[in-house]
Amino acid sequence: MNNRYELNKNLAQMLKGGVIMDVTTAEQARIAQEAGACAVMALERIPADIRSAGGVSRMSDPKMIKSIQAAVSIPVMAKVRIGHFAEAQILEAIEIDYIDESEVLSPADDTYHIDKTGFSVPFVCGAKDLGEALRRISEGASMIRTKGEPGTGDVVQAVRHMRLINQQIRTIQNTRADELYQVAKDLQVPYELVQLVNETGKLPVVNFAAGGIATPADAALMMQLGAEGVFVGSGIFKSGNPAKRAQAIVKAVTNYNDAQLLAELSEDLGEAMVGINEQEIDLLMAQRGI
Amino acid sequence: MAITIGVLAVQGAFSEHITALKQLGVHCIEIRKPADLASHPLDGLVLPGGESTVIGKLLRELALFEPLKDLIEAGLPVLGTCAGLILLAGQIAEDNTIHFGTMNMVARRNAYGRQLGSFQTEAEFDAGGKIPMVFIRAPYIERVGVGVDVNILARVDNHIVAARQGNMVVTSFHPELTADLTVHQYFLNLVQQKAKTCIA
Repeated sequence: MNNRYELNKNLAQMLKGGVIMDVTTAEQARIAQEAGACAVMALERIPADIRSAGGVSRMSDPKMIKSIQAAVSIPVMAKVRIGHFAEAQILEAIEIDYIDESEVLSPADDTYHIDKTGFSVPFVCGAKDLGEALRRISEGASMIRTKGEPGTGDVVQAVRHMRLINQQIRTIQNTRADELYQVAKDLQVPYELVQLVNETGKLPVVNFAAGGIATPADAALMMQLGAEGVFVGSGIFKSGNPAKRAQAIVKAVTNYNDAQLLAELSEDLGEAMVGINEQEIDLLMAQRGI
Repeated sequence: MAITIGVLAVQGAFSEHITALKQLGVHCIEIRKPADLASHPLDGLVLPGGESTVIGKLLRELALFEPLKDLIEAGLPVLGTCAGLILLAGQIAEDNTIHFGTMNMVARRNAYGRQLGSFQTEAEFDAGGKIPMVFIRAPYIERVGVGVDVNILARVDNHIVAARQGNMVVTSFHPELTADLTVHQYFLNLVQQKAKTCIA
């Protein structure tokens, strides 16, 4: 792996213990930074609105992304469609800090993900299980997040993905060396990555929780399940009091084991986003790009 | 005597510092709330890398700012890397924010630009040979105060990237991201010297 890949993994390490917030305007980006976001995700519509609007959802207007880059000093991320390397080239040209190759947008390619090793800017990708996570890493992703169902306010899938990835890691840790070849075959991933997981007992890159996180308690749940930080999308700017809720989630991620503090943080946050249960939705975005 | 170092753990790459310090036989405590400071007397403090806006805000909201500032001003040895350097800077270029502000220097945030400007290099540290230096959306020190005792420990491309004033050591790069322990050892020597003079 080259030096640039290490530097890109390093940036994700700096984001640990932090909250990455979806924003659609420079004003929201300032509110997010003021509330303690460690990075912002610039997009035209938050996932809840993408879901209700329907239709094809694409990379955001570079002009809008640039206005957000100008508004804040923290890292700015933006999404491209799965497999859409031209959108990624455009985001690299405007010096985005992180690209999210995201199932939240309409996939541009139903077979191939972007060859991320060909880029200098870093990529984060979603994963439901360890196989997906290691495939994305072998393609060059320098950060992983769960694929919890975005725009629903329902945390169940993020929980499922985080638990599964960590269970699979624990299993591999306890697997005999001569059985790791078969594990690599079953997971459809390079043997070297399986060997690395066996040795270290963790993913070789930072792993965040994403999808359906709407409350300080949701954030604390994900951190206790082993997330190294959280993405909050629709949960903040779809709620009654975005600034207050954002601040509460930031503090919950730092002190995720302190129930006393979490109780205080959960008080009086106003209305949470309405939310849709996973059984009520027609389109499961997590199934995109595996 | 076992050395105990508090590592500020509100956000960022604090676990990497703990891993490095443990290799040097140091006992580490994660500082997330005021009660953590009361749990054990500290011989030193590490302010890690992360986002300085986030760490600065959480320090204040979790009521850690005043007690930590008091400790630093009382001479507790402190190592600030990247965001930690920003927290200690007396002035930040083109920014009115001041956090602890205990070091007489002007720092510039994101001085090398966005992530595409992040880089790794090797340079002399404290005239003791070259060490690897990783810069991630890093700041540098534009200038140090005149007439005060600020030692410049490292320069890269004519910019100051490491300095010491009294018991405060700062680097704009991330020693916790490489296997090289030179900077942590340098800080530990300072901590041990301080501990000795206190006993005497």
